Amino acid sequence: MTPLTTPARPAASHGDGGVRALALAWAILLAWPWLAPNDYLLSLGSSFFINLLLIASLNLLVGYAGQVSMAQAAFFGLGAYASGILTAQHGWSPWLGTAAAMVICPLAAVIVGLPTLRLRGHYLAMATVGLNVILSVFFVGLVGLTGGPNGLIGIPSFSLGGMDLGEPSKFYLLAWLVTGAVMLGLLFLTRSRAGRALRAIAASDIGAECMGIAVFRHKIAVFALCAAIAGLAGALYGHQNNFVSPDTFSFFTSVLLLVMVAIGGFGRYWGPFFGALIYTALPELMRAWHDTELLLFGAAMIVVVGFLPGGLAGGLARLRSVGRSR
Amino acid sequence: MTIDPALLQIVFSGLGTGSIYALIAVGFNIIFKSTGALNFAQGDWVMMGGLLAALAFHRGDVPVWLACLVATLAVALAGWLSERIVIRPLRQRVALTITLVSVGLSLVSKSLVMLTLGKNPQGFPGLSGDRMIPVLGATVNLQTLWILALTLVLMLATHLFFGHTRLGTAMRAAAANPEAAALVGISNRRIVTVSFILAAGVGGVAGAIITPMTLMSYDSGAMLGFKGFSAAMLGGLGNLYGAAVGGLLLGLLEALVGGYLTSQFKDAAAFFLLLVILVLRPQGLMGRAEITKV
Repeated sequence: MTPLTTPARPAASHGDGGVRALALAWAILLAWPWLAPNDYLLSLGSSFFINLLLIASLNLLVGYAGQVSMAQAAFFGLGAYASGILTAQHGWSPWLGTAAAMVICPLAAVIVGLPTLRLRGHYLAMATVGLNVILSVFFVGLVGLTGGPNGLIGIPSFSLGGMDLGEPSKFYLLAWLVTGAVMLGLLFLTRSRAGRALRAIAASDIGAECMGIAVFRHKIAVFALCAAIAGLAGALYGHQNNFVSPDTFSFFTSVLLLVMVAIGGFGRYWGPFFGALIYTALPELMRAWHDTELLLFGAAMIVVVGFLPGGLAGGLARLRSVGRSR
Repeated sequence: MTIDPALLQIVFSGLGTGSIYALIAVGFNIIFKSTGALNFAQGDWVMMGGLLAALAFHRGDVPVWLACLVATLAVALAGWLSERIVIRPLRQRVALTITLVSVGLSLVSKSLVMLTLGKNPQGFPGLSGDRMIPVLGATVNLQTLWILALTLVLMLATHLFFGHTRLGTAMRAAAANPEAAALVGISNRRIVTVSFILAAGVGGVAGAIITPMTLMSYDSGAMLGFKGFSAAMLGGLGNLYGAAVGGLLLGLLEALVGGYLTSQFKDAAAFFLLLVILVLRPQGLMGRAEITKV
């Protein structure tokens, strides 16, 4: 049968260059609250971090481990609604609500993963399509719980010792910190024994099994981790906007997130940075552009996904190596 | 025995939309079989079929059947062009790449239609006008009967094509084992091209015959494609008879839940059934288990 994804590249070893580059990037990103001309652009910076969490965790699942999920938006929404409902209707603290979101999402992932990840092939992709649609319908339909099509209102902001973290510059710092920690964790994970095991599973599950890797357990674990990070992103999103509405978490969002992973480059650590940047700018561009530009966007997507192997991150890496060899 | 006319009415309408879902599902399956990819442009081909038929009918001043035929051929041509321009040159023709590229293809098709044909919903009269006829106490739109009949004919044609023609058998061989098929001289590239033409053509017909019932606009493609995709999964992805069963079942279920229970959870019921089936029988209702445990 046709392989679902391209075999992963062998893990590159660049010593501690990755950690240094990440530290540098995060130091630069820290300047944004002082550079951003207004609160709106500042909160777009926070959205960038949330999108980065979504796309980087999906990249871990699809790009590194080779398992295609089409329900990233569903876990994003499940996290947002779980934390939102617990805090807005049951008086939980947003911190506890976020923790609950990070438990509920991986649980849902394990329930979906147990029957489907045991099998090879398209079953996870298909089951996650179903999951996303069902959750979308529930987000709209369970009006008493979720507020229905009008969305869930009254979600409180984070606060720390009496300090309101809902203010854009403070929330930015929170998202900066949380996302930085997750990205550092992902960097270490991809270079660890478990990260190499994931790449081995993507390249050949039978080969991986023969080398003593517990394939099924690794697949379940990475799917649950991906869902937990998506749940975290969802909780952050809910407490940032104090409001969530069902259309944010549609199946089409899941597909777009997958496209963003592809645009950045499957299995490239820096790929999701490009993906998240485009994904964050996209709604703004869509608002400014109209008819003709949708055409250009579609065409650009075909070119990058189809004809730039390794995505933007891969293209950049090639440019750099060409520059070095000169 | 008497049948409740209200129930009969619902059943007819469910079978009508179900037939359309079945046709879209057939299109999905044809491309899935030849490439392993989920084609997100399938729904947009359906939309193009409807809008091009409306264009041919209103501007070209031709009879409805001719407008539908012209639209179908035009959409098949669009499918061929998509394959030649976008899919064939791909450097990595793996399933996931084709799937994601088809999202871009869908956006491009949608915006091209919007730019050339406008944003207004279009419609045209049915194949025998907009007549309603009584059937066993229920009043049924004649177009529904046309849809049922044409779907039956198309399903039979698909069955004969894949079972009894040289090209159809070659396509099945390539789907079963591309390398072995290539060894006996079946060009995989050609098979993929043919599958895009066929899938687009089937989608075009579906769009052309449903438009008199529901109207069509440039953004209708996504939902139609999604329903067809669900029907394909329900029946078993890649299984042609499963597409028919899945489509009709999905249409019926939607109509029944919408008619008797709640129209709000109409979609939920259909997809809940889908999830149950995916858990119990991941290969779908009619799919043969091609399951390998790892």
